[in-house]
Amino acid sequence: MKYVSEYRDARKAAHYAKALARVVTHPWTIMEVCGGQTHAIVKYGVDQLLPRQVTLVHGPGCPVCVTPVGLLDAAMEIASRPEVIFCSFGDMLRVPGSARDLLSVKAAGGDLRVVYSPLDAVKLAREHPTREVVFFAVGFETTAPANAMAVYQAHRMGLRNFSLLVAHVLIPPAMEAILAAPGNRVQGFLAPGHVCTVMGSPEYEAIAGRHRVPIVITGFEPLDILQGVFLCVKQLEEGRAEVENQYARSVRREGNREAQQLIREVFRVCPREWRGLGEIPGSGLTLQDQYAAYDAERRFNLARTTGGESPECRSGLVLQGAIKPQECPAFGTRCTPEHPLGAPMVSSEGACAAYYRYRRARGVTGNDQIPKTNDQW
Amino acid sequence: MGEFGLSCPLPIDQYPTVLLAHGGGGTLMHQLIGKVFRPVFRNPLLDVGHDGALLPAVGHRLAFTTDSFVVRPLFFPGGDIGSLAVHGTVNDLAMCGARPLYLSAGFILEEGLPMETLWRIVQSMGRAAESAGVHLVTGDTKVVERGKGDGVFINTSGVGVIEHDLRIAPQSVRPGDLILLNGDIGRHGIAIMAVREGLSFETTIESDSASLSGLVMDLLKAGVEIHCLRDLTRGGLSSALVEIAETARVQIAIDERSIPIREEVQGACEILGLDPLYVANEGRFVAFVPSAAAERALPILHAHPLGREASVIGIVRKGQAGLVTMTTAIGGSRIVDMLSGEQLPRIC
Repeated sequence: MKYVSEYRDARKAAHYAKALARVVTHPWTIMEVCGGQTHAIVKYGVDQLLPRQVTLVHGPGCPVCVTPVGLLDAAMEIASRPEVIFCSFGDMLRVPGSARDLLSVKAAGGDLRVVYSPLDAVKLAREHPTREVVFFAVGFETTAPANAMAVYQAHRMGLRNFSLLVAHVLIPPAMEAILAAPGNRVQGFLAPGHVCTVMGSPEYEAIAGRHRVPIVITGFEPLDILQGVFLCVKQLEEGRAEVENQYARSVRREGNREAQQLIREVFRVCPREWRGLGEIPGSGLTLQDQYAAYDAERRFNLARTTGGESPECRSGLVLQGAIKPQECPAFGTRCTPEHPLGAPMVSSEGACAAYYRYRRARGVTGNDQIPKTNDQW
Repeated sequence: MGEFGLSCPLPIDQYPTVLLAHGGGGTLMHQLIGKVFRPVFRNPLLDVGHDGALLPAVGHRLAFTTDSFVVRPLFFPGGDIGSLAVHGTVNDLAMCGARPLYLSAGFILEEGLPMETLWRIVQSMGRAAESAGVHLVTGDTKVVERGKGDGVFINTSGVGVIEHDLRIAPQSVRPGDLILLNGDIGRHGIAIMAVREGLSFETTIESDSASLSGLVMDLLKAGVEIHCLRDLTRGGLSSALVEIAETARVQIAIDERSIPIREEVQGACEILGLDPLYVANEGRFVAFVPSAAAERALPILHAHPLGREASVIGIVRKGQAGLVTMTTAIGGSRIVDMLSGEQLPRIC
């Protein structure tokens, strides 16, 4: 399949692994920021091809994982109301709040719909003028333009029964928080290719300069990641700290200006609490004043609660790259996808889910010799 | 079923939709059975018109299975709930190594279902049963109030006869067995998803729904030593393999590069964030056979329309019971887990 199979080619992967082994002389720790990259790494075994000196740690780039419990509880309260049609991406349904998850709200009679686009929620609002349609706007800069477009369109149509429960977060402040954290061991970043497709690279150039850290904007296929690691290691070995663009087939330096303009039209930057990481200044988006009428928190007049996290869940450390999922004592025993203690175990971009799904068993390392082709028969 | 026309034999202007009375045991129900079900499913055992079918003794071991079908939408590219209800149960019998003989069909109809829709479904069942060589010998109809069903639910149960001495079961799987797959995976799930979500691709993805009985009978007739068969349904290839690894207490190793996936299915999975290993199939199965038998089985599979792309996808190892590992496209390795939760509800 074009644009997929050429990035999953075993021979080219081996070639990159060799090239990497030739340039590396020191141990380096690199963080891939995005949960989509984490899943590709664990799913395809990209890390198994890396030289021993290179350690990948997994970053906070899973928007579902970092949505605070208080906001989840608010979502569940709204979704339980009889007049509400609550729309969400499928990922969010099994994430535990302080007492339950959205799936159990649905089972108890809440009208909860899984949508693939926020514009589907706008359509629902038009079709059901007597109901309140609420969309759970979770995501990074990648999903912000589509969510902004939903509000923009609803406003132009004069829809009064549509609102957003906003849980938007921004990548650069989180990277800076990780670099500033005591005991940080991250020496280079693979920056998220799709966030940069929207936002471009200037924000990352600022971070690379301020913190003397190499940043490689990287795609999501196994070969993208191998090449991203190669470029990052090369910078580290050569003592450079620049922004490089591995994902040039999607990312332009200036990003997508129209999308940025739409984000600025509808949203403004605000401080936001990250689940497991605490509040990070300037790390979230909220609706601009002229769109405040579309803010579900305001419309339903909710008092935000805090806390309710399982004391046993170490997802905060996992999300900062301080520990790997299996280093959490609850991993795979008291915390499983069926009974999650924290969001990273159930989100499709969560690091714990990736390790549980692809790595849980001991000794999954070997390349089993299987008779490969039919022609030998 | 050539003698039956495309339009419903019940006078449509009189009863264009299913009424509660069609399940009530009176005249309307008898009319429905007499004009819609019986002519399509006609066979000597059904035609007796008794409370149940009287089956002749066959002097072999029998396989018996049941399955219910609640798929939405009722019609999808490559099939419909009627053909699916026949194939599903026929395939379960085939996986026991049995030749399917008889089916029962229980219909739960929703009040207001267009009679024409029911007629199309029943005709499709008739055609599927005929081509699978199985007779529908007994049935039941109930009607629920509007809003209490979703058009049609169908249950089918089936009886098949085992005409060989093999013990085809997970417990017969041995380390060293090779695992054969009869074709590309993921088409049923994606076909349903595409219709349901209004996704359109350059080519229409058709469900792989089919009766596997003929293909399995070909293997058995040729005397291929089969240790275990399992059709890939809701949980996809991954769940089938994990189930067998657990029951047989063996480890399974597969190679991602040997698993056929159509480009359009792969594309849809990329867009929707689905893993084809977990996507449903309705005409695919894995066979566990000793390596010598694989050599004999492959040409037989390749000669059948449902086995043209058959390949060896993996091998059974002693290792850790219940563990399935996969060599990935780039040469790494990972475990293959059972589906957690639902990837897609109500696909069969």
